[in-house]
Amino acid sequence: MTPRTIPIRSEREPRSAFEYIATRKDELIGWARKFSLFPYPFVTACCAMEFMAVSSSPYDTDRFGAALPRFSPRQADLLMVVGTVTHKQAPILLKVYEQMCEPKWVMAFGVCATSGGFYQNYAAVAGIDRIIPVDIYIPGCPPRPEMVIDGIMQLQDKIARSQHLIVNKSF
Amino acid sequence: MAASILDTVAGELDPAGTGSTLAHGTLVLVVPAAQLRGTVERLKAEFGFDLFLDVTAVDWPRDELRFEVVYHFYATTHRVRVRVKTRVPAADPTVDSLTFLYGSARFMERECHEMYGIAFRGNDDLRPILLYEGFKGHPLRKDYPKQQEQPLVPYRK
Amino acid sequence: MDLKLPNPVRPAFVKTEHDDAVIVNIGPSHPATHGTVQIIAALDGEKVLRADVHCGYLHRGFEKECEDHTWHNLIPYVDRLNYCSALINDFAYCDAVEQLMGVAITPRARYLRTLLAEYSRLADHLTCVAATLMELGAMTAFLYLVMIRDYIYEHIADLTGARVTYSYGRIGGLARDLPAGWTARLVAILDQYEDFIGRVHGLVDRNRIFIDRMRNVGVITTEDAINWGYTGPILRSTGAPRDLRKDTPYLAYAELDFEVPVGIKGDNYDRYYVRMREMDESVHMIRQLVDMLPAGPINVDDPRCVLPEKSLVYGEIESLITHFKLIMDGPRVPAGEIYVAHEGANGELGFYLVSDGSGTPYKVHVRAPSFVHMGGAHRMLEGYQLADVVPTFGSINMIGGECDR
Repeated sequence: MTPRTIPIRSEREPRSAFEYIATRKDELIGWARKFSLFPYPFVTACCAMEFMAVSSSPYDTDRFGAALPRFSPRQADLLMVVGTVTHKQAPILLKVYEQMCEPKWVMAFGVCATSGGFYQNYAAVAGIDRIIPVDIYIPGCPPRPEMVIDGIMQLQDKIARSQHLIVNKSF
Repeated sequence: MAASILDTVAGELDPAGTGSTLAHGTLVLVVPAAQLRGTVERLKAEFGFDLFLDVTAVDWPRDELRFEVVYHFYATTHRVRVRVKTRVPAADPTVDSLTFLYGSARFMERECHEMYGIAFRGNDDLRPILLYEGFKGHPLRKDYPKQQEQPLVPYRK
Repeated sequence: MDLKLPNPVRPAFVKTEHDDAVIVNIGPSHPATHGTVQIIAALDGEKVLRADVHCGYLHRGFEKECEDHTWHNLIPYVDRLNYCSALINDFAYCDAVEQLMGVAITPRARYLRTLLAEYSRLADHLTCVAATLMELGAMTAFLYLVMIRDYIYEHIADLTGARVTYSYGRIGGLARDLPAGWTARLVAILDQYEDFIGRVHGLVDRNRIFIDRMRNVGVITTEDAINWGYTGPILRSTGAPRDLRKDTPYLAYAELDFEVPVGIKGDNYDRYYVRMREMDESVHMIRQLVDMLPAGPINVDDPRCVLPEKSLVYGEIESLITHFKLIMDGPRVPAGEIYVAHEGANGELGFYLVSDGSGTPYKVHVRAPSFVHMGGAHRMLEGYQLADVVPTFGSINMIGGECDR
């Protein structure tokens, strides 16, 4: 596998000194944030079995700085929706999402969270993106741990590449 | 031994031999809704059917007595099962609750109530259990469309 | 965001008899409730006076979905009922359909199903014990048990192609035969299992903290357990040796040598220990089955339910039509009804099937042990401390998929 390159420079070419500083600031904060993900496992269904495997010794997400689950949404910045979300569960998911502080990212773990999977009926929500915005989708029923790790790495890339508003809208 | 106890049960509860069959090792008793309570009381007290396994319903929309309520009981000493079936009309789908005999009937009657709309006379707690407050209709009835959703939160966009 | 979210459940009580009691909501998104159960508890200090258990947060319309698929297409849905031991569900469902059709499976399939069912039970109990121990803070034991569970998952993936949800059972047999060297690895894993499980026994069995948290907590008597419909390890932990594998033997259990472990008083410690002993019995059974496994085909020769060989499908028109009809219309199951129960990892797993003679089920109903156990769970929670909710709930081993279906 070719090593994944983390872009040092954002796509925009810096035009002025201020933009140059802003770009470097985004890189610095992105670098810091991508290695300190605190996941909130919103675990509902079968994918929990693979979540257990991913977070314990055989696959060890600690290597990506994303090992320590926080069971309070206020302390977490990565919402992992692991498993089917039903209409009964939907208000709880939305409430948990609203309680999380910015910056926050959402991972749809498994095909049920992504699109509802093969549960297309009165009870299941056909994809959590109908309720909350999603940053990364991991298909599979359930996904293999390697796929989850790949998903975490892609999310880290996304965090590293994005703008990080920390002072106000312009900086 | 298993067969002999079932023969005894069939002979005692259905002396005419019209409402009972033995299929796949399970004794099937078909009783009118009014006799359900008495039949199950005797099953438990006289024949030792102490484990209430299950209650569900089958929807036959074209029949006059539309819903078939199906119970399963197990005797832990004799190791045999009995299935008790009764039919109720769509206009008044009411049967007697068995919660006074078996604690486990409480949850399963709640499920049967929300899925098929069967009313259990005597069960005072028929809140939704697998569905949620405000869900209209009974999803396992044949006339409920499979994909008719009733979302609790508005969808985005 | 000022959005008023609706409450999906209605609590059974909104005030308590005591003035100084408080009502606390636990779950559904709580690490100890496995994401799908909500407990509304009235507390006096730390003592639970009354508990109102709500489930249904994972109700995904299994039974409605079944009425829309052919008998074969249901197998992946059946897998996702008890996803800790998916193969037991598979085989129980296939057994029910086969009995309704009057199909007798081949000896090799029968022994292989028994072996895989026990292997699945091993994985299920490992998961349950690991989760219970982790919730009590025994992280080391959790990591040991998940490690051995992962060996089992990868090993079953060699056979079935999937780690958790296998879709391996077929009506009339199995999806494919064992790959080369599979049983040799199986024997090696069982040896590793004994090493790891010995360490877990050494870590927790006589650990004072563990005993204090588990002994005399969540006690249930045999009478109560039967009244509330309990089966499986919970009923056995009360001292009643009720096991469908012994009482009404199915598959190859009548030919195996095994014991039914029972507890003394039906508390959390007994439930933990019954599961540990059952794992040892499962290993004992698997070792016998490896030696007993006969040669021969794994699928019955019955065109009503088993797909013809691929080479024949491409080579002759009769097999092509059979294949087409089986896939498009589904196997025709004679009209009738049946209830078949297997001993699932949590208790009696029963399938009630109604067929109207077509290729699609008229009704599929699952008698799921977890759902029944939730109906009586308040009996094991009331009267104990709030902190005891976590180990008690862990030892019940509620599985959302089969509880809410």
